[in-house]
Amino acid sequence: MFTSTLTRRSLLKAGAAGLAATTLPLGTARAQAPIVLGAVYVGPRDDFGWNQAHAVAMDILKQVPGITVIEEENVPETDAASQTMESMINLDQANLVLATSFGYYSPFVVETAKKNPNVQFRHAAPLWKEGDPVNAGSYFCYLNQAHYVNGVAAGLSTTSNKIGFVAAKPIPSVLSNVNSVLLGARSVNPNATVQVIFTGEWSMPVREAEASNALIDSGCDIITCHVDGPKVVIETAEARGVKSCGHNASQAPLAPKGFITGAEYKWETIYKIYADALAKGEPLPNFIAGGYHNDMLRNTAYGAGATPEAIKAADAAIKGLIVKKPIYVGPLKDNAGNVVIEGAMDNYDPVLDGMGYLLEGVQGSTT
Amino acid sequence: MSQSDIFIVLIAMIGGAIRVSTPFMFVALGECVTEKSGRINLGLEGNLVLGAMVAYAGSYTTGSPWIGVLMAGFSGLVLGAMHGYICKLPKVNDIAVGIAFMSFGTGLAFFFGKPYIQPTAPRLEAIPLGGWSSDPSIAQALQVNPLFFVGIVLALFLSWALANTRWGLIVRMTGDSAASARAMGVSVDLVRLLATAAGGSLAGVGGAFLSLFYPGSWNEGLSSGQGLMAVALVIFARWDPLRCVLAALLFGAAGAIGPALQSIGVSQGYYFFNAAPYILTLFIMIASARSKSAAREAPGELSIVK
Repeated sequence: MFTSTLTRRSLLKAGAAGLAATTLPLGTARAQAPIVLGAVYVGPRDDFGWNQAHAVAMDILKQVPGITVIEEENVPETDAASQTMESMINLDQANLVLATSFGYYSPFVVETAKKNPNVQFRHAAPLWKEGDPVNAGSYFCYLNQAHYVNGVAAGLSTTSNKIGFVAAKPIPSVLSNVNSVLLGARSVNPNATVQVIFTGEWSMPVREAEASNALIDSGCDIITCHVDGPKVVIETAEARGVKSCGHNASQAPLAPKGFITGAEYKWETIYKIYADALAKGEPLPNFIAGGYHNDMLRNTAYGAGATPEAIKAADAAIKGLIVKKPIYVGPLKDNAGNVVIEGAMDNYDPVLDGMGYLLEGVQGSTT
Repeated sequence: MSQSDIFIVLIAMIGGAIRVSTPFMFVALGECVTEKSGRINLGLEGNLVLGAMVAYAGSYTTGSPWIGVLMAGFSGLVLGAMHGYICKLPKVNDIAVGIAFMSFGTGLAFFFGKPYIQPTAPRLEAIPLGGWSSDPSIAQALQVNPLFFVGIVLALFLSWALANTRWGLIVRMTGDSAASARAMGVSVDLVRLLATAAGGSLAGVGGAFLSLFYPGSWNEGLSSGQGLMAVALVIFARWDPLRCVLAALLFGAAGAIGPALQSIGVSQGYYFFNAAPYILTLFIMIASARSKSAAREAPGELSIVK
């Protein structure tokens, strides 16, 4: 039948090609290899959290000449991710797809990469390994280094010596952030403790507010968190008159009185590496992992909650991390009393990626 | 667990009951009115989310949170009236329409709510009833929002009005037997349309509480199914407005158990404690739905009862 060959997609494609043909003369002034970058987000771009951190970096990339950034938000970690990527490739001629959520990788990024060998795919979690499609890859930043800086600043800004941490799920990256806050605080204040409450969900505003209130009621005077959108946690802390440290993106405007500093990604460093490589026609690295030493993290500008000593110590901690000063220096015990780290660990040691414990000094449980 | 720990958990539960219950209360009261008239509106989650967005946007643009609350009520009224109107068309299933309206309401809210995620809108003020106590956690638990009292007064009013007024009788009769209502010269469709619109409006106000008081900000993940749970609470409360309030309070208190236990150091098994409200509801549902009076109290015209 005639209609069966004329699908909506081929119609749109033909239309797009026609449109491209008519606008082609304008395109000749552009760079040799125009980069069309498709960014896929799992939530809204302005969530004060994970997605916003990526979107802020995209905004900087849009200034790079010869690059077109197309974005789609609220794409669930289902087959919808494949469809979004396919339509970016087929309709918008995307040649680099950045899939920014953990659950997109397998099977969606892997399968779409196999089907489209000429398109590059990069995914924001350390999941790519040898044997996966060569046109796919991973990038990741060790945010726990910035949480360590949070801990240093918090350790010198607290009076009750109790830091509250609202955490989503007990997975290694979250646990490493909690432990790094403790180690940062302990490095300047040996009496500091961290109390963690797990909400069990990445985004559950009412329970996050309840958890923040419970932490404050039990005596914590600084609240920080690892949830998708830290807005509710920071606003609750501010409303209760306690200090706060941020996570993922800048929450400084939400807490003009109590904000200390926050752990932020600097994805634009990685995205610029990709854009430069594409512009030169060079292959993209399959795996990038980074932290303070290669300019992939930053801490939010200090707010009114940070004491002068805290600012000084936190700045010194950042300088240390830039030269890879280790965070995990043994012997360290978990909060059940078992020795979990013997000596000094490199900040990028893969053993740390499998962290399944909370250190001594953290009140809380992973189960 | 020491005595002071038990005290902390109790205070947290009372505080949680007051803080978390209000949206449940409004949605449940709204659904109660709608179901009393013999129709089910499963779409109140949509009204709740749209109400939350409209309230936040209204408060942000006008600078007055109470105008936001009124606008939320109005947006819920419109959605409810649309549900009521569509359901009066022949051969339309109210449950299916409700599910469609759930998606419609949340979709509208997400679409128009984009520009309001970042800005900070003025919130509703709380009434500090805990000023007598020097304990900050008691003072915090007793920071009560006026809407909480509005909800309780409304429940008392509805309970009285359904039993003692002509309007209440008409609504109940429409819900129990459409044929008798028609014989009395009552327009069944009109009563149900009004009851659904009123119920939708209350759900919108419940949403305003979420975005303007607790947790007090607008984003797309704001409601984690509160609107749906509240509809279930009505069945659990057996279509009695006062029991709706009790059910909402119980649900709020149970929700506070998980974080409170972790804060005093009982951190093992937090997944279980976080699920406490749902487990509790399940058990009470099983217990209450088995009784004979449950069947008697259900409005006879409800499509889930028939």
